Amino acid sequence: MKHLRQLEDQSVYILREAYKHFDNLAMLWSMGKDSTVLLWLARKAFFGHVPFPLLHVDTSYKIPAMIEYRDRLAREWHLNLVVGQNKDALAAGMNHTLGRVTCCTALKTNGLKQLLEQKGYTGVILGVRADEEGTRAKERYFSPRDKHGDWDFRDQPPELWDQFKTTFPPGTHIRIHPLLDWTEINIWEYIKLENIPFIDLYLNKGDGTRYRSLGCAPCTTPIKSTASTVDDIIEELRHTTVAERSGRAQDEGRGMELLRKDGYM
Amino acid sequence: MSTATSSEHLNIVIVGHVDHGKSTLLGRLYADTGSLPDGKLEKVQAICRQQGKEFEYAFLFDAFLEEQEQGITIDTARTFFNWKGRQYIIIDAPGHKEFLKNMISGAARAEAALLLIDALEGVKEQSKKHGYLLSLLGVRQFAVVVNKMDLVGYRQDVFEGIEKEYREFLAQFGANPERIIPVSAKLGDNIANRSQAMAWYQGPTVLDALSAFKKEMVRSEQPLRFPVQDVYKFDARRILAGRITAGRLKIGDHLVFSPSNKRANIRTIEAFNIEPVLTSGEAGQSVGITLDEQIFVERGEIATHQERLPLVSTAFKANLFWLGKRPLEEGRRYLLRVVTKEVECEVAAIHRIIDTMDLSQQQGSKTVIRNQVAELTLRAKAPIAFDLSSSFEATGRFVLVDDYDIAGGGIVTEMIRDDQEVLREEARRRDFAWVKGEVGIEERAQQYGHRAAIVLITGGRHTGKSFLAKKLEARLVADGRHAYLLDGENLRRGLDADLAEGQRGQTMEMARRYGEVARLLADTGLIVVSTTNPFGLDYAEAAQSIKTLVHPTPVIAIHMSKLPEEPPANADIVFSGPADFDAATRRILDELKRRGVLAQAIGAKPTFQYSI
Repeated sequence: MKHLRQLEDQSVYILREAYKHFDNLAMLWSMGKDSTVLLWLARKAFFGHVPFPLLHVDTSYKIPAMIEYRDRLAREWHLNLVVGQNKDALAAGMNHTLGRVTCCTALKTNGLKQLLEQKGYTGVILGVRADEEGTRAKERYFSPRDKHGDWDFRDQPPELWDQFKTTFPPGTHIRIHPLLDWTEINIWEYIKLENIPFIDLYLNKGDGTRYRSLGCAPCTTPIKSTASTVDDIIEELRHTTVAERSGRAQDEGRGMELLRKDGYM
Repeated sequence: MSTATSSEHLNIVIVGHVDHGKSTLLGRLYADTGSLPDGKLEKVQAICRQQGKEFEYAFLFDAFLEEQEQGITIDTARTFFNWKGRQYIIIDAPGHKEFLKNMISGAARAEAALLLIDALEGVKEQSKKHGYLLSLLGVRQFAVVVNKMDLVGYRQDVFEGIEKEYREFLAQFGANPERIIPVSAKLGDNIANRSQAMAWYQGPTVLDALSAFKKEMVRSEQPLRFPVQDVYKFDARRILAGRITAGRLKIGDHLVFSPSNKRANIRTIEAFNIEPVLTSGEAGQSVGITLDEQIFVERGEIATHQERLPLVSTAFKANLFWLGKRPLEEGRRYLLRVVTKEVECEVAAIHRIIDTMDLSQQQGSKTVIRNQVAELTLRAKAPIAFDLSSSFEATGRFVLVDDYDIAGGGIVTEMIRDDQEVLREEARRRDFAWVKGEVGIEERAQQYGHRAAIVLITGGRHTGKSFLAKKLEARLVADGRHAYLLDGENLRRGLDADLAEGQRGQTMEMARRYGEVARLLADTGLIVVSTTNPFGLDYAEAAQSIKTLVHPTPVIAIHMSKLPEEPPANADIVFSGPADFDAATRRILDELKRRGVLAQAIGAKPTFQYSI
């Protein structure tokens, strides 16, 4: 429990730095376990309040239960929810059969970029974790994106002693990653410790499967699992050697490197 | 990935010269502890086959394909594994000197380090630089790993030669490695398993050495340091938020905020979804407190107990490493950050550049180039609270921001007593003993609709200082503000009647008395409009003394001159040439709004949050 509190202290510090330094700040919320823990940490940092909008980039292909859950928490926790969608791409018939990277770029990366541009956000808080996949292991807590939203991973600013990059040229923005040091198991341990409400898609409901990572319905597959409680999940994760995002199609090949360099979350 | 739960985690950085085998060591540690996810090994092997090259353990961590093509780790990758009940967060820092900033970013958050040296190549440039920087960054726990022992026939004399040379180098700045371990990361000697080929070595393996690193908890035993990060008023509570960097605090504690010298007691410790209610906090925790009195404190102040106050000055000596794209220059201004305090500073002097290869020193340089280490003096625009890094880690170090980027970091080695030292002590003693009435400064501000402030107008003779001061006072009062013109002439014949005129020492005593009067008037909630008329040509020094004595009341420094000239440092507004007094008055009113003294102009972001 002590290590969870240490992770919490660091994430809270980062969230408070973000709130102090960015006039136009927003947090991305995908309703998955990570960004929901992030949302909870914001309530910790600001003593029950969430003093910035929560963005959801809706691809229209999300699992319906996720949307219900989103709207319920937004009501109960008094969240300022902002939903964005790349309507032009959807109108033109964009879907995963046109290529996964193509679809993710259009509906998620470009959907996000459109939303950022419209609203002029200069700081965007995301729930990415270093242990999820290789490119995310390279991230800074405060990570600059250029005018096109691109990430120059070869020339990242120094970050030391909890001093972060909080100034940036006009037209650029900063991605803020308070969960970088958390692992998948830490997330579940924390959900248990704090009793955070989460979507039950993560649990086995009798058919011997559950989702380990949530995304769009067509590109996310459940894993075989009998875990039907948070304790079961933690126990399962202690013994698994399967990668968390094995059910996420976009991770195949160089997918994530290409997507993230281009501004994907 | 093996994700067994652990009660504790430890941040480890692996550093060393380029190509000495850091990524290989990591790959081996993961493989030997069974920590790789299913398929990870196969995936990387498949990519190697596609690209027609031999698999290496290092590839497991060089996640970007581009990196694999170049064969060097570009950035600080973080990975996790568990060993004997502890989770290790391994920060793989690049050894190539072009990427020193990434090595530093990695090492700065490490609690312990492994430093690799190639047995075949011996102690190289970056081996020394990294060893020195670990010490500068405050990473005191580290083990040296002499790698590629297979390439030197596992010879004991080669190992001992390297050990001797490197220990002598480290000893020059007092660094002492916990262990020096001979290994072959490629073949797995002394990583998880004891090497058969080096029976002469009796010490621990790399994994043993990791297990022996301690989680440092001693900061809680130090005197309290609680730098204010922000002040929130989301609901009825006015919460001071921040992270305790040393010591402990609890409900009822009497806190002193430096450098403002404000004081109050802790009423509650606030938290969300924590049962039972918190009554104390300790080093490392991000907390929120409320006070028993509504005092105005802002981000950057350091709360402590009264017995162990931090240092306060405008200047200190430091050891600094520079990572900026353009060189650090003597006389240039940078943004200085000490924990949450941000203030403009000037590089007052570069004393010497330290060559990390042989620790030789070079004097007389006016610049510090990228990747150099230097000893220098920084002078801040306003007094700040800090500590020596030898006593407190977090409050004893700083970064410099150049343009948009953090361009350097360093540790404070010595406080420099500036010429305000005596007056600052006077102010501190006076403030600590100040007898307060029932009406607090915040209540007064609420009644008056504005905060107290001092508008201090300086300049040479016949520049229109008095005229502007009178005009400003009249305008403020006409607007319904509580303003008062404090003309030094009015003190001269009365309060200063015992002072002989024209003597320098007397002028400074006049400034001291003037400052104390201004302090009293500010405490009544007034906007004091004043000029430094009686101080003649010593106005710059007098203005500084006054500022020190009225601190932390906001001072708006206005400088007037008939001709374009070099304005005094720290002037907020400069009027040169024939003055348009109406325009000047409006300009000052805008500045009062910007500084939060008057109600905010719509849409403007206040320099500090003013909450009552």
